Amino acid sequence: MASNTHSTEAAHGGAEAAGMPQLDFSTFGNQIFWLVVTLVVIYFVLTKIALPRIEAVLSERQGTITNDLAAAEELKQKAVEAEEAYNKALADARAEANKIVAEARAEIQADLDAAAAKADAEISAKAAESEAAIAEIRAGAVDSVKAVSKDAVKEILGSMGYKADAKSVTAAVTARMKG
Amino acid sequence: MAEQGAKQGAGPIIKIAFFAVLAVVLLSGVLFSPAHPGLAIHPMDQFEIKPLFGDGKLGMFTVTNQTLWMVLAIVGIVLMLVVGSRGRAIVPTRGQSVAEMAYGFVYKMVEDVAGKDAVKYFPGIMTLFMFILFANFLGLIPTSFTATSHIAVTAVLAMIVFVFVTVLGFVKNGAGFLGLFWVSAAPLPLRPILAIIELISYFVRPVSHSIRLAGNVMAGHAVIKVFAGFAAALGMFSFLPILAISAVYALEVLVAFIQAYVFTILTCVYLKDALHPSH
Repeated sequence: MASNTHSTEAAHGGAEAAGMPQLDFSTFGNQIFWLVVTLVVIYFVLTKIALPRIEAVLSERQGTITNDLAAAEELKQKAVEAEEAYNKALADARAEANKIVAEARAEIQADLDAAAAKADAEISAKAAESEAAIAEIRAGAVDSVKAVSKDAVKEILGSMGYKADAKSVTAAVTARMKG
Repeated sequence: MAEQGAKQGAGPIIKIAFFAVLAVVLLSGVLFSPAHPGLAIHPMDQFEIKPLFGDGKLGMFTVTNQTLWMVLAIVGIVLMLVVGSRGRAIVPTRGQSVAEMAYGFVYKMVEDVAGKDAVKYFPGIMTLFMFILFANFLGLIPTSFTATSHIAVTAVLAMIVFVFVTVLGFVKNGAGFLGLFWVSAAPLPLRPILAIIELISYFVRPVSHSIRLAGNVMAGHAVIKVFAGFAAALGMFSFLPILAISAVYALEVLVAFIQAYVFTILTCVYLKDALHPSH
C-alpha cells in the first residue's frame, strides 16, 4: 500500500518506514510519560472532586427518597386514623340522634297519654253531668205532666159536672201514668 | 404486511449492495491506481506522533499531538464529571444525569463482576474507563489523534492492571494466590499440565488486554483512511467509498464504547481473580 511513499516518511526516519508509527520505539518514553501524567491527573480529579461529589448526591437522593417514603407512610397512617376517628364520630352521632329521637318519642307519648286520660276524665265528667241534668229534666217533665194531667182531668171532670176530689184524681193519674 | 415483506426483502439486498460496493471500490482501486500516480494512501500517517510546537527532536517530555489529545480527554472528563455534577441537585439536570449514569455504570460493573470488596478500587477502574472512553471518542473526531491506538499506551494501561492485580493477589492471599493456577476440580494427573496452561494464559492476559484495544481502534481508523484514499481517486464514483466510510464510522462509534467497556470489565474480572483466587 505504501509502495510509493517517499518524501514525508523518509523525513521521519527508519522505524516508520515499515508503516506503523505504533512500533516506533523512540516515541515510547514520551508516550508513557504523558500517559502516566494524564492518568494521575484524572485519578486525582476523580478521587478528590468528581466521585465524592457524585456519591454524596446519590446518597443524599437515596436519603431523601427514604425520608419521603417514611413521611408518606406516616401520612397514610394518619389518614387511616383520621378516617377511623371520623367513622367513630359518625357512629356516635348516629347513636346520640337515635337516643334523642327515642327520648322525644317517649316524652311525646307520655304527654299524649296524659292528655288523653285528662280528656277522657273530662268527657266522662261532662257525660255524668249531662246525664244528671237529663234525669232532672225528665223528672221535672214527669211532674209537669202529672200536674198538667191532674189539672186537665179536674177541668174535664169539672166541665162534665162532676166534682172530683183531688185525692182520687191524683191516684188515678199516677196509676195511669205508671201503666 | 406489504411493508414488512419489503423490509425483510431489504436485508439481503443491502448485504448484496454492500458487497457490490466493496467489490467496485477494491476493483477501481486496483484499476485506477496506475492511472493516478497521485493515489498514495497513507492509512498509518494519522498515528504519527509529532511535536506540537516546532519540529525539533522528540524527547521524553516533548509536548506532542498525543499529549494534546490526552489533555483534551482530561478536559472532557472534567466537563462531564465535575462540571456536569456541580449543581449537586436532588433532581438532576441533564448533565448531572450523564455524570451519575457514568458513575453508576462503572460502579455497578465493579460491584457485580469483582464483588463488594472490590469497590474500594473503583476510583482506579473509573479512571481507566473514563480515559479509554474519552480517548476513543475524541479519536473519532476527524483529523484528531487517538491515544488508545498506540500499543505503548494500551500496554502501559494493561501492565498497570496486571502488576496491580498480581501484587494485590499475593498481598491478600499470600501463597494461596497460586491456587488460581492449581485447578482443584480437575483430576490430579491433569493438574500440573493445567497449571502450565493457566500460567501461560495468565501471562498472556496483559498482551491480549492491550492489543485488543489498540488493534480495534487502529484497524477502524486505518480502514476509514483507506476508503478516504479511494474516495479521492474514484472521481464520480467517490460516493461509494463515502457511503462505506459512513458505515464504518457508525461501527467505530460502537467500537469506541465497547472496547472501553471490554477493557474495564476484563480489569474487573482480573481483580476478582486476585481477591478470590479459588476456582
